[in-house]
Amino acid sequence: MKALVWHGKEDIRCDTVTDPKIEHPRDAIIKVTSCAICGSDLHLFHNFIPAMLPGDIMGHEMMGEVVEVGSGVDGKLKKGDRIVVPFTIICGECDQCKRGNFSVCERTNRNKHIADKVFGHATAGLFGYTHLTGGYPGGQAEYLRVPFADATHIKVPEGLTDEQVLFLGDIFPTGWQAAVQCDIEPTDTVAIWGCGPVGQMAIRSAILLGANQVIAIDRLPERLSMAEAGGATTINFEDESVVERLNELTDGKGPEKCIDCIGTESHVSFGQPDTILDRAKQMMLMENDRPHVLREMIYVCRPGGILSIPGVYGGLADKIPMGQLMNKGLSVRTGQTHVNRWTDELLHYIQEGHIDPSFVITHTVSLKQGPEMYKVFRDKQDSCVKVVLKP
Amino acid sequence: MMMEKVSNIARSQGDPKVISTGVSSFGASDRMARNLGWFSLGLGALEILAPERITRALGMEGQESLVRAYGFREVVAGMLSLSIEKKAGLWSRVAGDGLDIATLMTGLRDDNPKKGNVAMALMMVGGITLLDIATATEVGARHAPQTGSRRTYRDRTGYPKGIAVSRGVAARKKDAPQLAAS
Repeated sequence: MKALVWHGKEDIRCDTVTDPKIEHPRDAIIKVTSCAICGSDLHLFHNFIPAMLPGDIMGHEMMGEVVEVGSGVDGKLKKGDRIVVPFTIICGECDQCKRGNFSVCERTNRNKHIADKVFGHATAGLFGYTHLTGGYPGGQAEYLRVPFADATHIKVPEGLTDEQVLFLGDIFPTGWQAAVQCDIEPTDTVAIWGCGPVGQMAIRSAILLGANQVIAIDRLPERLSMAEAGGATTINFEDESVVERLNELTDGKGPEKCIDCIGTESHVSFGQPDTILDRAKQMMLMENDRPHVLREMIYVCRPGGILSIPGVYGGLADKIPMGQLMNKGLSVRTGQTHVNRWTDELLHYIQEGHIDPSFVITHTVSLKQGPEMYKVFRDKQDSCVKVVLKP
Repeated sequence: MMMEKVSNIARSQGDPKVISTGVSSFGASDRMARNLGWFSLGLGALEILAPERITRALGMEGQESLVRAYGFREVVAGMLSLSIEKKAGLWSRVAGDGLDIATLMTGLRDDNPKKGNVAMALMMVGGITLLDIATATEVGARHAPQTGSRRTYRDRTGYPKGIAVSRGVAARKKDAPQLAAS
């Protein structure tokens, strides 16, 4: 089969690989009908997240049709079912899964012994996201083996297109969880850094959750225009001071809730001098992340407010203003997304016509064009916001 | 393919394994930038560790500190060229080439017994400068941000029923059971 394979920094290729095989009774194989390139795939593309190996298949946003099931799937899936695959692999039976903390499932990370050493305690297995999270092959491929498939799936109701439901596997619940973690009140201003795909979903989630005002921060006009369409007031950080403008829009008080949809790779520019220092330290292996957005959120957030961090961070971050964070009494909420905790509710909103996540798709191409689209997406060319691949 | 085969140790039996590779996202100019980056690191290391060998070959004894400083410059340019900021790395190499040429010109004195070596070095640096400029230009064009068609997405609301209907729908849903209970 064909698959997009990681060969090194900035080196993704559309390779011919062997087909996946059922290994465990709870496995299933799907024929992938749609998959997407996620912003967090770019962290792997740049080799900022450790433990990728040449030959790893990329992709953690995918859906398809079940073509083979293991003997232990226990009737929960059958051939021909259309499913979205959540990026977090879940057993559905451990203590964490029972609590709905699916992204920290205790059983699915098959490299638990390594992850325990790095994280203190292992997190769930993830598709296509390094050997620290299990080294599972990703879904930017023609076929995918879904481990623990009896639990790791979202069944697609009839009448919905791939484009309407594909993002239930990652960016929609990720933006949603980011907003839910903010405990949004009807009087709240929610400021969202980053108008990429997760940022766009967070904007719409905050609107659905009834925020009084949503403010979106980015520098790319096409992304800001999409944010405005979603109901956000926008700030272009290359044209104006984020802190000054946020204070203006909140009567000098600052936003009550702040969401970081950027994570480890803050835009490096002379206008944000700390990002230059962070980048230099990254190159000298003295720091893993560029936490400019986190610093700015801590500074501008209203005292007593909440910081929600869906953006991916990879390791150690320097110069975090803990004094501001502590004295202002800010709460920090973060984590990989507990996808299946939210999908029933989100599917309901899609079916009811309150949201159609397909608005974010700007490019639909074949798998063969995938390597080129990684470059286009990374370089922000051709007004690219979200790429969907059709294997 | 060697690394891919070795890394198969970390894969399970049912995991897909690479049979043959296809077209890469890493272009020819990216590859040249990487090669120039490694060249910078090698040259930089030589300049830092053995500057006297370079000054002796060029008849420019006494300039060891300057050569060592150039070595650190090369290392920085090399690291940048190997990073995702390769365009900055390549243009810093071009600037460095200019410095190298200016410095070498001072060695083209009639009383320098190694004048011939200096002339040869100048020719080499000149050639490399042209390669640096060509690669920097190609990399710049290939990765130029915000190229291609520029679009606006003002019509992409994402709310099929309109924002007025859907605003707060999830908050209302959460409130409903509490109200019923009270």
